[in-house]
Amino acid sequence: MTGPRHQPLAHLALAAAREAPRPDAGVTLRALPYQPSIILRGESGDAAFVKAFRAGLGFDLPLAPNHVSSHDEITALWLGPSEWLILGDVGPVAPAGQGRLARALAGRHHAIISQGDGRQIIAVSGPRARDVLGKLCPLDLESPDLAPGHCARSILARCGILLHPQPGGAYHLHVARSFADYAWRVLAEAGLEFGVAIASGD
Amino acid sequence: MLLISCPWCGDRSEEEFSCGGEAHIVRPVTPQDMDDQAWGDYVFMRRNEKGVHFERWRHGNGCGRWFNVARSTVTHEILAIYQVGDDRPEVPE
Repeated sequence: MTGPRHQPLAHLALAAAREAPRPDAGVTLRALPYQPSIILRGESGDAAFVKAFRAGLGFDLPLAPNHVSSHDEITALWLGPSEWLILGDVGPVAPAGQGRLARALAGRHHAIISQGDGRQIIAVSGPRARDVLGKLCPLDLESPDLAPGHCARSILARCGILLHPQPGGAYHLHVARSFADYAWRVLAEAGLEFGVAIASGD
Repeated sequence: MLLISCPWCGDRSEEEFSCGGEAHIVRPVTPQDMDDQAWGDYVFMRRNEKGVHFERWRHGNGCGRWFNVARSTVTHEILAIYQVGDDRPEVPE
């Protein structure tokens, strides 16, 4: 897979806005670089489908709601009982049947949908990361259901997100690229009272 | 604000959901045999309960799934949550 034509947040010139580490910043925002991703559809209850996924990628698809599993640079996030986001390079999606996941699932009832460069991941970290998200998102961020290893789709202000908690109290927010500008600005504004630092995208 | 217990995701804020209107409306099998009155009733006429209302909800900003809710239109209390296709549950009036 090739990278995006241009980053969804390129117009904000974040590389130029990048700052030296600020010890006083309560929250650090970082626009993560492009990462290949697909949506996988299939039935949780279809044992052959679940088994074929394991054969293809070497780890188990998360079947419990809002769980994440990963192995060898590939991460699978539960989005719904028949829907997963697979982050990482699982091989070409089109033409059909070329990638290792597509080969493993061939003949099974499923769909692999390339996400292209349609998504932007914003990393929110720092000691007040949870406080900033708590102002914008109705999820119970203190719940053990949102510890690392879990994920949840929800909303951030008026924008749909996929929240992926990371070790150390950081969060990865997945947004559609057309909402990336809005999500970035609303996070930066919500973080003002705690001090916002902008980090390198790498 | 309602706290709605999604059958898959658990308790979530009402903001993540959208209400799909009255549940248990079955599409007629032979609409060609219906007169305009009966077809109009099917398309447009809905119960307007004061009390228990059975309705469809979708966890749109979540797992994306539809499910059914029994809700009191008087108190806003959610009395039961059940799968699409299941019969109306017994709930206290």
